[in-house]
Amino acid sequence: MGKIERLTNCTTGGPVFVDVQDGKIVRMTPIDLDENDAQGWTIEARGRSFKPPRRTTLSPHAVAQKSMVYSPKRVLTPLKRVDFDPKGERNVQNRGVSGYVPISWDEALDIVCDEIVRLKREYGPGAILTTPGSHHLWGNVGYRHSTYFRFMNLIGYTYGEHNPDSWEGWHWGATHMWGNSHRLGIPEQYDLLEDAMKNSEMIVFWSSDPETSGGGIYSAFESTPRRFWMKELGMKMVFVDPMFNHTAGLFADKWFAPRLGTDVAFGLGIAYTWLTEDLYDKDYIAKRTTGFDEWKDYVLGKSDGQPKTPQWAEVECGIPAREIRALAREWGAKKTMLAAGGLGGWGGACRSATGNEWARVMVALAAMQGYGKPGSNIWGTSQGAPSDESFFFPGYAEGGISGDVDNSAAGYEFVYRMFANTRGATRTAHHSTEGQTVPRIRIPEAMMHEKVEWRGKGFCGSSIQSQLQKYQYPAAGYPHVQMYWKYGTSFIGTMTETNRYVKAYREGKVGMVVNQCIWFEGEARFADIILPACTNFERWDISEFANCSGYIPHNFTQTNHRMMVLQKKCIEPLGESKSDYDIFRMFAERLGIGEIFTMGGKDELQWVKEYFKATDLAKNITWEEFEKKGYYVVPFPKDHKSTPAMRWFAEGRVKDTPDWGPHPADTVALSTLQTASGKIEFVSSSLTRFEQVSGVVDPERPPLGPQYIPSWEGHRTTELYSKYPLQMVSPHPRYSFHTMGDSKESWLNEVKDHRVLVNGHRYWLMRLNTKDAAARGIENGDLIRAFNDRGAVILCAQVGERVPAGTVHSYESCADYLPLGEPGYSPDTSGCINILAPKRFITPTSTAMANNSCLIQVEKWEGAV
Amino acid sequence: MRKWNLIIDCARCHDCNDCFLADKDEFVGNDFPPYSVAQPWSGHRWMNIHRKERGQVPIVQVVYLPQPCMHCEEAPCIKKSPAGTVYKREDGINMIDPVKAKGHPEIVETCPYGAIYWNEEAQVAQKCTGCAHLIDEGWTETRCSQVCPTGAIKLVLADDAEMAKMTAAEGLEAYQAGLGTKPRVLYKNFYRWDKVFVSASVAYKDTDECAEGAKVTVQSGGAKAGEGVANNYGEFVVDKLGLGGRYDVTVEAPGYQAYSTAVTLDKSLNLGLIVLEKA
Repeated sequence: MGKIERLTNCTTGGPVFVDVQDGKIVRMTPIDLDENDAQGWTIEARGRSFKPPRRTTLSPHAVAQKSMVYSPKRVLTPLKRVDFDPKGERNVQNRGVSGYVPISWDEALDIVCDEIVRLKREYGPGAILTTPGSHHLWGNVGYRHSTYFRFMNLIGYTYGEHNPDSWEGWHWGATHMWGNSHRLGIPEQYDLLEDAMKNSEMIVFWSSDPETSGGGIYSAFESTPRRFWMKELGMKMVFVDPMFNHTAGLFADKWFAPRLGTDVAFGLGIAYTWLTEDLYDKDYIAKRTTGFDEWKDYVLGKSDGQPKTPQWAEVECGIPAREIRALAREWGAKKTMLAAGGLGGWGGACRSATGNEWARVMVALAAMQGYGKPGSNIWGTSQGAPSDESFFFPGYAEGGISGDVDNSAAGYEFVYRMFANTRGATRTAHHSTEGQTVPRIRIPEAMMHEKVEWRGKGFCGSSIQSQLQKYQYPAAGYPHVQMYWKYGTSFIGTMTETNRYVKAYREGKVGMVVNQCIWFEGEARFADIILPACTNFERWDISEFANCSGYIPHNFTQTNHRMMVLQKKCIEPLGESKSDYDIFRMFAERLGIGEIFTMGGKDELQWVKEYFKATDLAKNITWEEFEKKGYYVVPFPKDHKSTPAMRWFAEGRVKDTPDWGPHPADTVALSTLQTASGKIEFVSSSLTRFEQVSGVVDPERPPLGPQYIPSWEGHRTTELYSKYPLQMVSPHPRYSFHTMGDSKESWLNEVKDHRVLVNGHRYWLMRLNTKDAAARGIENGDLIRAFNDRGAVILCAQVGERVPAGTVHSYESCADYLPLGEPGYSPDTSGCINILAPKRFITPTSTAMANNSCLIQVEKWEGAV
Repeated sequence: MRKWNLIIDCARCHDCNDCFLADKDEFVGNDFPPYSVAQPWSGHRWMNIHRKERGQVPIVQVVYLPQPCMHCEEAPCIKKSPAGTVYKREDGINMIDPVKAKGHPEIVETCPYGAIYWNEEAQVAQKCTGCAHLIDEGWTETRCSQVCPTGAIKLVLADDAEMAKMTAAEGLEAYQAGLGTKPRVLYKNFYRWDKVFVSASVAYKDTDECAEGAKVTVQSGGAKAGEGVANNYGEFVVDKLGLGGRYDVTVEAPGYQAYSTAVTLDKSLNLGLIVLEKA
């Protein structure tokens, strides 16, 4: 046996030491900082000193990484569907059913390149549809904004644009109340940990579960000890969530479980109590907001005849009026942090019908309590640890080696440091507002060659107005898509009404489907050609713990120590799999653009070195030292000046936080919000203008707000509700990170609260209340069929009291799709519960998904398994 | 001498499963002779996390009990297994010898905690090794304690006298103490697992306000078994009561008629809404 070598890498769930022996990964552990690493910050609060642990944390899916690297579901050679003949019968109707044969890389390159050239000649580059999964690997060079965009920009394509799937209501609603378009409507979080520890008395977690892999994104459990500190300091923690969530399990002093889709009514009941019992900050409202009097009349019922009393709210949301008053009084009396969503922003409530009004009611409540004053803020408890934001190291969304300033955050700074005086940056007119794109949640319609219309191009945060721009597919002058090149992880488990995708593969008009992936799962089962990619443990890369950047600027403030990691190639790629970079390089070479793609023959390690030089790392550590140690901890400056989020706004000063938006053109003298008034708007100037000038009226997104608009799929849609009386909430998952870590025979599948083994198959869980289960003769551990008019899924029941009667809970993001019979028309057994979710946008003028507005019925499953 | 002890806090575990997964990361695919042979890809739970819900909506707790091999002092596996196959190290760790124990599936049945698993491929009984191979290399943590993000799992290397002191000071308890095996794995806040609570929401009928400050007394056979006060949401929780016990619960508030009820606590109970009427 050879010596064990300790290497480094980084994942979507934290950085790791990787022990490698004889070309095999032995173990992965968190990184323990040593005495040579920079000392971190200290917070002094209420007579105590707090220092963070000198060890990084890991999400469960990161601890299980080894089982994903060595998964029996790895694709180890290029594969071709057995009955796919690119020059003859393609048999697209057999996708998802017929098997695969291994082919050589040469054959795979021939088949795909011939098709690319043919399509370019016959249709133009817009005929190639492509999109990545949301997340799988980590690394600023090898990831999708980087290597993938570099290649795709050089061949031209129709991009399947991602909707702001975790932001939704904030983007489509809160943006019109306070701007923050550069964050897709969510608020800045700077230095709020210290502010809370010094000044806050209570935290209201509303649709917020930071103790999950997606709750505070990419940061593992970095913020967990900090919540324990706040508990020790005596801060009260109240939870509003249809599920008794994992953060509540550790910290809840009180749990409210409103009926799904009625959070706005609950919020208005609180506001009514504040208005009538004089429990709000009138001075702040007068100086920092507009339109409040008009909204006050709405809340008091003067304008519509319906006072939004706690009794009224009780009828809608099911929370007793006296408890609504009790919460309002406590909140009105105590300095309170509103943890609206796990990140500060986000939260399942924003991913539902009129989630825009939920985000707006969060802003309204915070404003009424002097949002930005000491101890009073919107803060998810995950970001906002002390940090040196001035140290420049970009996140993965800053484009990496693509240099694509249109479709990443590269244009802020990075591209000028990385590609200064070279011609290496890439962009393409085809993936721009002048080209052709299609929303990822409308890919099936595009594959069926149907016409699609929507507003907003992907993550459109350049201005408030950009989300109101209208687009269509096919774009003028562009062809329908003829080829679909799916890259990265499976995402069929994260969309809506997903039998659409299955049908589009089998019944649509796309003649070739290529899937470039690591594991045989989900959409890979519908490909004609499968290209085997390797994991980030099998190639070189560079990154920072939790730094995604882009629309979450400075997300690394979730970590306890800023840490850049050299992602070392720990083992050789398994089988014939290759890094995404090497796969794209082979294609580029075959297509005659190899030199341009590789900028003269660079391999990944060379790109990593150049990346290093374009960051502040190069000013602080030599490449040789960095390569030896594998990571770098950014020192915390002794003279660091705390600039709590929105304090500048509350005090009417020039914005002093490190935030990189809004654009100066959208402010007055850098001291206002992005709205036309520069203030928090209860009557939105941007929505008013949209209505007046364009004549488009969206009754679900009115200029005056927040307003309670009953869900278009909820307890007030009585006909549907009588047929499907259970409301399903399907949040981002706890153990897997989106589809990363689920299925593929990873060890996560053995986590009891993730999947359950019944008759040899690992079923996805659905949580039901004891009463709902009893009424249906369902016992804990039974297989059940969850269904509505859109489809059916076979699941395992977890019966208990984590959800109230009438609500069922099942995480989204299973990685696979396994129909019992005909694909698209029979029950799925892998847990693809979003088969049941509506494809309707959250409001008519948005391009947003409402997975949490979903009525279903459940019955015991006695059928075949 | 310093011995191996593991302390697990039932009030800090939130079921992230990092311990369960780190165990697999360490032992699946890795032989550590002479300590252990590789764990199979799936099926074993060397760290087995049990789960229990307490109460009913909206007063609910979820409690987890991560359970590895207990490394018992009076270990049934050592007593009942063929001689030499299972042994205790000087530092207290109980080990199954992967060579001598080969072909003895009966070892699996000796453990009353169900902590021993059969490796079909290697034909050997296996369990948590306390990360003995790492401790012997100088590690001061096990893989499970190292990765625990809430500090729920702690490895304590201490002599027996020190450990006895800590056990008394922190109120540490054994899981299934009645088995009498004297485990080296002990639990903090264990009442959350083995005791029950009674709870309710209290409101005043005349004002429909939450009955903040209402006093709650719980008695068993006339003797006081617990007490509580309703919070600003009218909720109270009186915990650490005996499973299966019969209790009289009385709720009192000045100016209101007292409310009394008798309950049998087969599980933690939320009595629901208690409405107090004017005296």
